[in-house]
Amino acid sequence: MGMPSLPRGLAAGAARGAGRLSQRLGRGGGTTLPGLLLNLLRPESTAEMARSIPGGVILLSGTNGKTTTARLVRAVLDASGTKVAANTAGANLERGVATALLNADGAEVALFEVDEAALPALTAQTRPRAVTLMNLFRDQLDRYGELEHLAHRWREAVSALDPSAVLIYNADDPVVTEVASGHPNTLSYGLEDPRVGRDRLPHAADATECRRCTAPLRYDMVTIAHLGRWSCPACGWTRPVPDVRAIRVDLHGLDGQRLAIATPRGPIELSLRLPGMHNSYNAIAATATASAFALAPESIGPALAKREAAFGRAERTHIGAVRVTTLLAKNPAGANENIRTMLLEDRPLHLLALLNDRTADGRDVSWIWDVDYELLLDGDRLASLTVGGDRAYDMALRFRYAGFDPERLSIIPSVPEALDAALRAGSAVGDIYVLPTYTALLELQAELASRGLAPSFWEDR
Amino acid sequence: MTTGPLSMRLCHLYPDHLNIYADRGNIAVCQRRLEWRGLSLEVVEVGLGDPIPADCHLYYLGGGQDRDQALVAEDLERKADPLRQAAEDGAVVLGVCGGYQLLGRGYAGSDGRRLPGIGLLDVETTAGAGRLVGDVVLDATLSGQTRTVVGYENHAGRTHLGPGCTPLGRLRRGHGNNGEDGCEGAVAGHSVGTYMHGPLLPKNPWLADTLLGWALAHAGHTERLAPLDDQLEKSAHAAAAARAGKKR
Repeated sequence: MGMPSLPRGLAAGAARGAGRLSQRLGRGGGTTLPGLLLNLLRPESTAEMARSIPGGVILLSGTNGKTTTARLVRAVLDASGTKVAANTAGANLERGVATALLNADGAEVALFEVDEAALPALTAQTRPRAVTLMNLFRDQLDRYGELEHLAHRWREAVSALDPSAVLIYNADDPVVTEVASGHPNTLSYGLEDPRVGRDRLPHAADATECRRCTAPLRYDMVTIAHLGRWSCPACGWTRPVPDVRAIRVDLHGLDGQRLAIATPRGPIELSLRLPGMHNSYNAIAATATASAFALAPESIGPALAKREAAFGRAERTHIGAVRVTTLLAKNPAGANENIRTMLLEDRPLHLLALLNDRTADGRDVSWIWDVDYELLLDGDRLASLTVGGDRAYDMALRFRYAGFDPERLSIIPSVPEALDAALRAGSAVGDIYVLPTYTALLELQAELASRGLAPSFWEDR
Repeated sequence: MTTGPLSMRLCHLYPDHLNIYADRGNIAVCQRRLEWRGLSLEVVEVGLGDPIPADCHLYYLGGGQDRDQALVAEDLERKADPLRQAAEDGAVVLGVCGGYQLLGRGYAGSDGRRLPGIGLLDVETTAGAGRLVGDVVLDATLSGQTRTVVGYENHAGRTHLGPGCTPLGRLRRGHGNNGEDGCEGAVAGHSVGTYMHGPLLPKNPWLADTLLGWALAHAGHTERLAPLDDQLEKSAHAAAAARAGKKR
């Protein structure tokens, strides 16, 4: 953009210095600033640094599950003794990837979770050896626009891939399947256990029409939003039989699950400490990604079994005698899975719902009306409800119109104060569940850190 | 949940295709605000290929993705006569975002294609460069009353009003119909179109009750709507108005 590119060493040095300065000034962990600066000083840096990673680059993208899946793949690579460079949770735009590459000295493989909208640019820059496409759900309409728009950009990213790159994709998502269909070298994954499926689509499922002929798709089984075992009765386009399949899924509430996975290289039995069907998908996505790298099945299961939840994703901490389970809820598909997972718990639920509307959350809070909070009211499972955050009153209204008695509702916009109220309400059973949006989760973590209870997020690995 | 005789019927048009901005919130508001007053509502869902009943008292059209809106536009044009008839007889028609555009004369897309509208509102929409996105605060006028209405907008269409309708209101914040003339929405008789979602009705109980009042009157109920305790609604309204336009 008119500015001459700085020599490589000079640009990298300046960017690293800025990151250290930012950390020293207490302005954050420097997970994005060095990369931002580097891309300005020398735009070709990301491509150059990516080329110097001997084992190549792996990119993972999708609306939901990126952070957890990246952690799971990382666990398998770590266990195999591979030295991995990765970006930290949330630093998944171009600047976050550039920052991670800047700190990638000696890495054999680079593994990045990538924002859906940033995928085309990062695919072009990093020339990945493998790309994992997980799902596309309705999310942050003010920022991403329509799902169709993202699908279109992903299609362009796929057509620009090197033919030898492996494209790992979720066959249960018809949008993703269609995006992947042009690529010669693919490995698909999906969920096959009919016991965990539902027989009809949830409210506000997107993309339920055939991507080839626009007839309504038929679902033999629905898992999450528009994911499932789909086929088109009009033109015959059908979900491919996945190469990596979860053939048995036993969900054990918030404690985790057991999975039996069939892969082209043999079966895997897996005990996972992550709850819910969304994490079944994350586990098979990670398994497929790892097996694309020819890692042996017997090494995958034990590595995944050790992984605990990522930052705020069904993460558990104790505050005094109360156990706090935090389930990031930033879009309808994710929030619905969290609710279904909470309902697997066999106890009264004390809930803290935190709604912010900042840029990273999406400024349009309409999406909460697409979440099936009504499920919590069926059977009177909700013992107490506290709502907080910048848009606490919107959340309160959502529950009022779901049928929850406003007299039983605590509305406390301040996150620390809302947390205290929820802890008091949940003290009798010793358990609370927190559903925060992204920036509310950051506020919550900062509050826990100030009470000496949790690390700051940039230390999260 | 319905007890006693049916009070009114709401026709929800294309719930499977026009639902992108949580349109079901608007339906839930109609349902609950009647229920809390001891009145009952039947919701009739009409999808692609289903005929539109002429005997409903409130018709609702939400917003959809471009692809879905194109599918709906052709289907709606083919079968809109009962809807036009009901509107002429006094039924309430509410269109939000894409639904607003469909109630107008048509939509000229950026690809040169023109989507038909059903002409209940004398408005014409053309695709603009870039989307108009953000919080909206409006001084809205209906039935001679002017009140503040809050919402969120996200649309590529630029809508211009003809002489056959009036704006729903004047903007205090936001882009509104076209980002130029300071107006938002359109009203003709009991047909109302607006770009405001959020969803529209939960935080704007005055607007919800005005529309429900019209629909109930059309259904033959003459008594005024009993007031409800709208403390939460008013707080949410105030919070949204206060945040509108603030940097975050």
